[in-house]
Amino acid sequence: MSMLEQLTNRDQVFDFLAPVASPVDVRHGPILYLEDVNVSFDGFKAINNLNLTIDDGELRCIIGPNGAGKTTMMDIITGKTRPDTGSVWFGSRHNLLTMNEPDIATLGIGRKFQKPTVFEALTVFENLELAMAADKRILPTLTAIMKPENRDQIDEVLEMIGLKDLRDKLAGILSHGQKQWLEIGMLLMQKPRLLLVDEPVAGMTEQEMERTAELLTSLAGKQSVVVVEHDMGFVRSIARQVTVLHQGGVLAEGTMDQVSNDPEVIKVYLGEEA
Amino acid sequence: MWLTRPLQERSTQLFLGILIAALAVVTVLHLAMPEDSALHVSAYTVTLLGKYLCYALLAVAVDLVWGYLGILSLGHGAFFALGGYAMGMYLMRQIGDRGTYGDPILPDFMVFLNWDSLPWYWHGFDMAWFAFAMVLLVPGALAFVFGYLAFRSRVTGVYLSIITQALTFALMLAFFRNEMGFGGNNGLTDFRDILGFNLRTDATRLGLFIATGIALAIGYVICRGIVTSKLGRVSIACRDAEARTRFLGYRVERVQLFVFVVSAMLAGVAGALYVPQVGIINPSEFSPLFSIEVVVWVALGGRATLYGAVIGALLVNYAKTVFTGVMPDAWLFALGGLFVLVTVFLPKGIAGLLQKRRKAPDNDRSNPREATA
Amino acid sequence: MSIIRRSLTSLLIALACLMSVPAMAQEDPGRELLVNLAEAPSSRVEEAINAIVDSGDERARGWLEAYGNNRLSRVKDTGQVVLVLNNRGRDWEIADPLTGENLGEMSRRKLDRVAINNAIRGKLEGIMAMLDLNAADPDVREASAADMMGKVDAALVAPLQARLEKEESAAVRDRIEAALAIYRVEQGDIEAVEVLAGSLHPRARAALNNAAASDSPQLVEAANKALASIEQKLKLNKAAETLYFGLSMGSVLVLAAIGLAITFGVMGVINMAHGELIMLGAYTTWGVQQLLPGQPGLALLLSIPAGFLVAAIAGIIIERSVIQHLKGRPLETLLATFGISLILQQLVRTVISPQNRTVVTPEWMSGSLVINDALSLTLNRLYVMAFALIVFAALMMIMRKTRLGLDVRAVTQNRAMARSMGIKATKVDILTFALGSGVAGLAGVALSQLTNVGPNLGQNYIIDSFMVVVFGGVGNLWGTLIAGLSLGTINQLLEPWAGAVLAKIIVLVFIILFIQKRPKGLFPQKGRAAEN
Repeated sequence: MSMLEQLTNRDQVFDFLAPVASPVDVRHGPILYLEDVNVSFDGFKAINNLNLTIDDGELRCIIGPNGAGKTTMMDIITGKTRPDTGSVWFGSRHNLLTMNEPDIATLGIGRKFQKPTVFEALTVFENLELAMAADKRILPTLTAIMKPENRDQIDEVLEMIGLKDLRDKLAGILSHGQKQWLEIGMLLMQKPRLLLVDEPVAGMTEQEMERTAELLTSLAGKQSVVVVEHDMGFVRSIARQVTVLHQGGVLAEGTMDQVSNDPEVIKVYLGEEA
Repeated sequence: MWLTRPLQERSTQLFLGILIAALAVVTVLHLAMPEDSALHVSAYTVTLLGKYLCYALLAVAVDLVWGYLGILSLGHGAFFALGGYAMGMYLMRQIGDRGTYGDPILPDFMVFLNWDSLPWYWHGFDMAWFAFAMVLLVPGALAFVFGYLAFRSRVTGVYLSIITQALTFALMLAFFRNEMGFGGNNGLTDFRDILGFNLRTDATRLGLFIATGIALAIGYVICRGIVTSKLGRVSIACRDAEARTRFLGYRVERVQLFVFVVSAMLAGVAGALYVPQVGIINPSEFSPLFSIEVVVWVALGGRATLYGAVIGALLVNYAKTVFTGVMPDAWLFALGGLFVLVTVFLPKGIAGLLQKRRKAPDNDRSNPREATA
Repeated sequence: MSIIRRSLTSLLIALACLMSVPAMAQEDPGRELLVNLAEAPSSRVEEAINAIVDSGDERARGWLEAYGNNRLSRVKDTGQVVLVLNNRGRDWEIADPLTGENLGEMSRRKLDRVAINNAIRGKLEGIMAMLDLNAADPDVREASAADMMGKVDAALVAPLQARLEKEESAAVRDRIEAALAIYRVEQGDIEAVEVLAGSLHPRARAALNNAAASDSPQLVEAANKALASIEQKLKLNKAAETLYFGLSMGSVLVLAAIGLAITFGVMGVINMAHGELIMLGAYTTWGVQQLLPGQPGLALLLSIPAGFLVAAIAGIIIERSVIQHLKGRPLETLLATFGISLILQQLVRTVISPQNRTVVTPEWMSGSLVINDALSLTLNRLYVMAFALIVFAALMMIMRKTRLGLDVRAVTQNRAMARSMGIKATKVDILTFALGSGVAGLAGVALSQLTNVGPNLGQNYIIDSFMVVVFGGVGNLWGTLIAGLSLGTINQLLEPWAGAVLAKIIVLVFIILFIQKRPKGLFPQKGRAAEN
């Protein structure tokens, strides 16, 4: 909406006067709701009539071959990409299509990228500090002082992700798997209502994968988690509910067993793997 | 407090210590040594050093946005020049009726152009407090408008560099026009006094030199305060992974805008102190070449260190003074070669060399990915 | 003064051509004609002039012109009639009017001016005009008829009518008719107004303006109507001229930017020395012309491949020595290449000269294409426009249809993948950069025909070029073409009311604002790949 429209529209308060992110309303069921979403890039339909509902506290796995639209879907939910048509709601109160990335993040959606993205010129500790839930406006950030309880909180997460000894090392020197952990740690510091996790176990050892699975399942219930993953073994180990994406739309949905017996799914995805 | 935090840092204490010592030594050598002594620092040299310090402050401002925010501004000369023009306008108004044409209100060039009254934007500049406020506000306002538009639409990287260059180029063309009311080609000059002190006396020159040194110290502490705060770490985050920072809930465009505006204001102050010392401000300060030269000072000194910017500015400008005196034709070769050598062989600048000696890579704030790429 | 001098020179050239039959000089009938003129008492001068006219001698016009300008003299001792080339100072430079041979200087005391009175002088002009009007060359006839517009008097009407009946060239007929119509309008003839209604010639308009101020209401009305229709036509022509200048400026921008569209747009390399590569192309043109003095046309044609090669080689050196070490660091590349641009500028200043060099425009490129009295298109701009389009088409072909184009697109989209498919990425880098640089050289060759060639030539274009590429959408050659042409046109449209400098500022600010609104230019690339 242009500035002018905003100023002349009388039945709406200005953006900057509106109260800061009101709590997410999940009384009416789902925490995330995508309906008839469509996106195309230069004629290529990346997302095609996508419908998806995530319940509060759910742990959902999303699988699908390359180009199925998984990452684009995450881009839409986090405000990076705007769909051509459709609607995306967070709870029953927040229309995500009217919000930008920082607002969506502040509202309680955290995202872990496919390629681990940490701030390499900052230490592990500082990475977590930046992720920490706090007032993220300019002046409060400028004058922010680290309180003891904040420090404890960061140490707690450092413990959880196993990077305690590296706390003052630059994140740039971490291994691929350690970066994955650090990014998960940053996600935890954000305390989001909904976690979007893109390929969390790529580059991890068996034990690390197990720990990740443990961590994600323990989060479910308190928080909602959406995991995009290629590793079938990992998906099987955590999934209760699985959604299969294909060519930008939902091909099948159900438990892992239901999905892996679906002939359509076998044809387009699992069949290729076998 | 974010501003006092740097004062507890060893590096800042060291920087301030050296700066104050240098100011004191120059002052003493200028005042106490007899003129024929080899140790005497002439008024000319004092002013020259004052000019270098102005450049150093400008370089610190550029390093703040380039080093810590990843925004390579090729238009910081514009903020510098705007601050300079604000100061120049004040100095022009101070001339009063002592100009060639003796008009009590109109500066000489306006009389020459047959203007019969002062343009509206020249009003108020006879008052020092107003002019000094404008030194901060005009560059700040331009940076705010430009930055607001650019950062909101996520123009970054090379694109931003190119349009900052276009911005300063457009301003240069504009200021060359007589109709703009800033003296056109000749700019503003023939200044008499500042705050009642005669600009042509040695004492005033020394005073301006010391004032510049203090401004540099304050500017350095402000920048250091920002970069050591959480906001500084967010800036680095914006520089290295803009999208990621956004998904953490930071409004990247506001961080960029804030730092950019602060930097533009510092550049404005540098320009304002520069003008009374060199005695003239003209549109050439807007030239794209000057702005990009500043970037090379920073690159030579070492990005994202602040003190490196100061070292770079002093070294390059000293070299420039020497070169243009001895063999003026060679200067552009040297400068051009410096651009190439620094970017290809010395990506971390002189500060990088110093750090390597101290073997303290943990403190290296520059982007390791870029340096190894 | 200089006009006289020029026409005298042209006369001499014409005479020199006739000299090819030197034997004729002895029994040249011209000698007698001139001597007669010189010796004639004032009552018989007219007769002598008519004799010259009637002789049909091709040199007649020049003689009469010299006579009218007091440049015909007799040598007191010999009685020979001579042309005075320069009558300043004590010694005058003289030439033989029959052969054109320069006879050196002679004291003015030894010379006797062939006298002319004002009555004759007044008639002489008409006589010369009629001479021209009956010349064999239709262009001379047309020019002469055009010159007569507004100068026709009662005495000239009959000969003009006579000429009109004989005249075969439509263009000359139009002119004669207009000249006659002006005379008739001056006499108050309303019907003649209509003849002038379509004319764009300033004298026709002047005549109509006078008519519009006359006492006769009908004449005033008719004249005003005709003037309005002329005004309309003039506006149209003015618009066409602005468009022409706009497209011309635009094609220069396209030429300057198109190489950048390759190196920056396709390869992602920021080459701030691009402007200096343009400069090298322009200096190459100058250099080739120095090597081939007197043959500017051939030199210019040779400069096209030479300029391309010089700039391409310079580009390869820059790529190998600097840019390849800065891969993936666009901001550093920007700084380093800026340094190179400084070095190249200073190199030219030191080695050649800090002053501008003039590049000669070959004859077939100078002059202009005259559409009508209000609109003429300068040929050099027309050629540059065509050249720009050819270069653009050629680049388009290279990028779309050749192996190199395919490799370039493969390497820029996914370097690692392209290499694994057996494409030599380094070689592609070099070739692409050489291509972009070479095109910059071509731009320089073209620019040398429009502007001064100096060390700052490139600097003046670098910011504009980047603006064009960014405005058009990086990586899109069509975008560059459209952006260049439209920016050139916008600039020219603004110029009349804003002035050149302000127009440029407005365009710059416009682009700056435009990029804020659409950071990816007019024709952005979409998709996930485009964002990384």
